[in-house]
Amino acid sequence: RIFKANYSESKAKTIKACIVGSGPAGFYSAQYILKHLPNSHVDIIEKLPVPFGLVRFGVAPDHPEVKNVINTFTKTAEHPNFRFIGNVSVGTDITLQELRNCYDIVLLAYGANIDAKLNIPGEDKRNVLSAREFVGWYNGQPNLDKLNPDLSGESAVLLGQGNVAVDVARILLSTIDDLRKTDITEHALEALSKSRVKKVYLVGRRGPLQAAFTIKELREMLKLPNVDTNWRSSDFVNVKEQVESLPRPRKRITELMIKSLEENKSNEGNKNFLPIFYRSPLQINGESNVESVDLTITKVVDNKAIPTEDVENIPAQLVCRSIGYKSVCIDDAINFDDKRGMIKNTNGRVLQKDANTPDIGLYVAGWLGTGPTGVILTTMNNAFAVSQTIIDDVHSGAIKCDSTKPGLDPKKYNVVTWSDWEKIDKREIENGKKSNKPREKRLSIEEMMKIVKS
Amino acid sequence: LCTSLPKLQKEEVEVTFVRASGERIKAKGKVGDTLLDVVVNNNIDLDGFGACEGTLTCSTCHLIFSKPDFDKLPEKPSDEELDMLDLAYDLTDTSRLGCQITLSKDLNGLEVKVPATVNDARS
Ligand SMILES: Cc1cc2nc3c(=O)[nH]c(=O)nc-3n(C[C@H](O)[C@H](O)[C@H](O)COP(=O)(O)OP(=O)(O)OC[C@H]3O[C@@H](n4cnc5c(N)ncnc54)[C@H](O)[C@@H]3O)c2cc1C
Ligand code: FES
Repeated sequence: RIFKANYSESKAKTIKACIVGSGPAGFYSAQYILKHLPNSHVDIIEKLPVPFGLVRFGVAPDHPEVKNVINTFTKTAEHPNFRFIGNVSVGTDITLQELRNCYDIVLLAYGANIDAKLNIPGEDKRNVLSAREFVGWYNGQPNLDKLNPDLSGESAVLLGQGNVAVDVARILLSTIDDLRKTDITEHALEALSKSRVKKVYLVGRRGPLQAAFTIKELREMLKLPNVDTNWRSSDFVNVKEQVESLPRPRKRITELMIKSLEENKSNEGNKNFLPIFYRSPLQINGESNVESVDLTITKVVDNKAIPTEDVENIPAQLVCRSIGYKSVCIDDAINFDDKRGMIKNTNGRVLQKDANTPDIGLYVAGWLGTGPTGVILTTMNNAFAVSQTIIDDVHSGAIKCDSTKPGLDPKKYNVVTWSDWEKIDKREIENGKKSNKPREKRLSIEEMMKIVKS
Repeated sequence: LCTSLPKLQKEEVEVTFVRASGERIKAKGKVGDTLLDVVVNNNIDLDGFGACEGTLTCSTCHLIFSKPDFDKLPEKPSDEELDMLDLAYDLTDTSRLGCQITLSKDLNGLEVKVPATVNDARS
């Protein structure tokens, strides 16, 4: 009898959790939940046949160290209570309601994978790209290998000054031999080896004190071989005077910019990285191909960019907008904030539609819940915090853990399992060896599925 | 001649990690190990610690030293370490990144604070 009672009690405590999306938010949440809720079973459902989200498709190929997080994710994937269910798209292959019928807990972590638009005239001209497309092109995101950016012009203008824009600038300005050693896609390597881009502008609406890139990325640019970074001294009027009063991170990055401004290197034959401030995109000009960009000159008042009447024109044969990512609503049942492009939530608890109370059992983590800002570290902290909230809700009894919830039946779908992914992974690494690259990514879902089926 | 054995023992360095909750975790490392090595080799359970595996690209190995210990550290932080520290949570004047601190005999008995993670802060 005692045995029986204990048995059913421990069985009743089995908790089935499902995480939608296998980026850092998904994997860090899985890690935390499995560790702190010992009776839990965690499934990650991923749209693509391959895991890791922006760690695979966002993080620059010349930053392999950043991708070391994959080792930790892989350890989580090997946990006996974990399943990877790849190649299943929530909202298309299965509805949110169906998922909730299968699991006690659903955590949405499907990221932010469309790009914000500038909404200015000329944005649809040829060779006006989004950073998301360009990054996806060099990182092997399925369906972006045909992007064919035209790199035959001398001048490229990047609109936006975040780290993603700096990544794009660095890839455009790096020597081809440095890129050859990375897992950059072969088609990008080929195109970049013929590139004639010599000047890359990095355009920000506000001033140096509001610069969005971080210091590590800037220092890397300043050290890039055969590249001179040139600033406009007019952008730095009165900046030096304010340095001492700035908080530490802001102070250090501003000091680094001023130091670089004072060096003002210009070596014959070098390429140029040209950050410019106080400029807001107004319109993009050209016949069918882009030829130049008009920028409104701004003033910064109370940290906000205020447009003036004046306009500057910069010639450009390639334009890349990098003003941020947005999430999409994948299922009508989700309480989605269209304006901000994220899910409405408090501390990761998704709010009910038409009500301001949490829809218990439904959670959101990562860029989908915080908005598309911050590094993996930020996403990790958010994932841990949201997972702790889930655990609190389990302990408080708010989540009724119903041992009868079955979890998803993978047989109903054309699922890629973790060991299937390991097959793809192995093949990519093998193919990379031929050209001394860490891996040669498979570029289409069909190719990936072929390896799985082989 | 007879120095080899005691020397081996001397090469062990004891380090105490103190969580925000006050919990103290004693661990041993060898001269030449980094504080990240000590955490990894002793399986010290710190969520998310050392995400980039010591390649100076994450700042999850942030540790806080006492002022005297901080001043005693043989190597000053490089610009690259300071760049990463700028992103760390709860940064202090005596913060360093654990993957950049190499143990020497002098550091035996070292005590470092692990900044509050979400985990500690809430439970
Ligand atoms: C270009 C770029 C470069 C970056 N470089 C760095 C860097 O160097 N260092 C750093 O620390 N941070 C970097 N970041 C930030 C970092 O990538 C993010 O902080 C992090 O990836 C956000 O994690 P996430 O899990 O919320 O989203 P994501 O990583 O986007 O993961 C979301 C996952 O959900 C999946 N998904 C989408 N829709 C569905 C669906 N309907 N059903 C199932 N699954 C779905 C996606 O395929 C994806 O795998 C970079 C970001 C970008 C955009
Ligand atoms: S482990 Fe990443 S910076 Fe130390």
